[in-house]
Amino acid sequence: MNFEWLGRQFDNIVFLLGWHVLLAVTPLILGLLIALPLGWWAHRSRRIYPLLVGVAGLLYTVPSLALFVLLPLVLGTKILDPLNIVAALTVYTVALLVRVVADALDSVPEDTVQAAKAMGYRGYQSLVKVELPVGVPVICAGLRVAAVSNVSLVSVAALLGIPQLGSLFTQGFQLRFYTPIIAGIVLCVVLAMILDGLIILLNRWLTPWTPKVVAS
Amino acid sequence: MNYLFDPAHWSGADGIPTLIGEHLLYSLIALAVAAIIAVPLGIYIGVTGKGVFMIAGLANALRALPSVGLLILLVLLISPAFPSRMGYVLPSLIVLVLLAVPPILTNTYAGVRAVDAAAVDAAKGMGFRTMKILTDVQLPCSLPLVLSGIRSALLQIISTATIAAYISLGGLGRLLIDGKAQNDYSQMVAGAILVALLALFFDQLLAFITRRVVSPGLTRRTIKSVPAAAPVKTPVTV
Repeated sequence: MNFEWLGRQFDNIVFLLGWHVLLAVTPLILGLLIALPLGWWAHRSRRIYPLLVGVAGLLYTVPSLALFVLLPLVLGTKILDPLNIVAALTVYTVALLVRVVADALDSVPEDTVQAAKAMGYRGYQSLVKVELPVGVPVICAGLRVAAVSNVSLVSVAALLGIPQLGSLFTQGFQLRFYTPIIAGIVLCVVLAMILDGLIILLNRWLTPWTPKVVAS
Repeated sequence: MNYLFDPAHWSGADGIPTLIGEHLLYSLIALAVAAIIAVPLGIYIGVTGKGVFMIAGLANALRALPSVGLLILLVLLISPAFPSRMGYVLPSLIVLVLLAVPPILTNTYAGVRAVDAAAVDAAKGMGFRTMKILTDVQLPCSLPLVLSGIRSALLQIISTATIAAYISLGGLGRLLIDGKAQNDYSQMVAGAILVALLALFFDQLLAFITRRVVSPGLTRRTIKSVPAAAPVKTPVTV
């Protein structure tokens, strides 16, 4: 490790880290917002569930580099546009979370839904105030997987020349120089762990009624 | 699209069939090696309960590791030790295997663990020996999860093998990386479409194989209790 190089490159690395966070977190939030209504739809209709989960599974199998390249055809963007990365990772996040949201809503005990109805909650009130909160732990478990894999997938965009932490890998390869590669890997793993931890905290904050168990 | 339908690109040493062949060769070698390592290990851990602590940590840690970084780091570390082409192929294969082991290992372990204890006890009561319980009861019952692990491992491999074109590995990734270098977007699109089709084809093939080889006695129960073909095992209690 050449720490002197790291010191000189500090500003650049912070810039790359900032982009990496932006490119990984934006799709996570967008994906969740899209997956919530779709998951609810899949939960409500037994006919829609296999269809949505099937399409989601197919989308999830498309390799990331291929999706990054194909999206400009759909979106009309330039190949170097970071928007492609955001859109591709949003697709993956939605594909992962649609099933998770549907399963989370399915996991709410029927008694709970009935009790909410008896207390006068209307359909959407019951959904927002009872069913979704009860399903939060399952949704958060899915979000953790999506967050961690997004951080890793963003770095693939370096092969197309979109700046983020993955640029340190390509730079290190061109220079035959280990320092940026190791710095990039460490920062990616730390970023993934921080996002993972934040979602665990979010889950605890949203479900104050659950007993405090040590996170697995 | 022009690139894809130009007959000139469908023959020769750098033609599309050659690239598909290379992609398949690397992918299947990596999958075979990973399965040879991970399936017995997963069975061992599942049956004996030794080394369970490794499983949960390993799966999550490896998902967080950026595969591009890992690939480039290993190439720089290993390639000087090997002459010419092997210097690029071998590190790529090692990374592909490394990425494929966790899903197979965790799913095999989970599959063996999820086998109904009553079925094992019944086999024991019928006088089956340990080995026979393993081969005739535990393995067939855990097959759906093992195959689902192999399915996600293969997708991971096909996807990462594409990326490995950046460090000079052959295969369909060549079209994407060379197309980028030559500013030839239609070549990149051709590569992307072919890789996506390859992944979809193998995903469906393995889904088909799973339906064929899994005992019909299992399927109804499996659909209910185990989320079949779930690519990742996620802890529900956080």
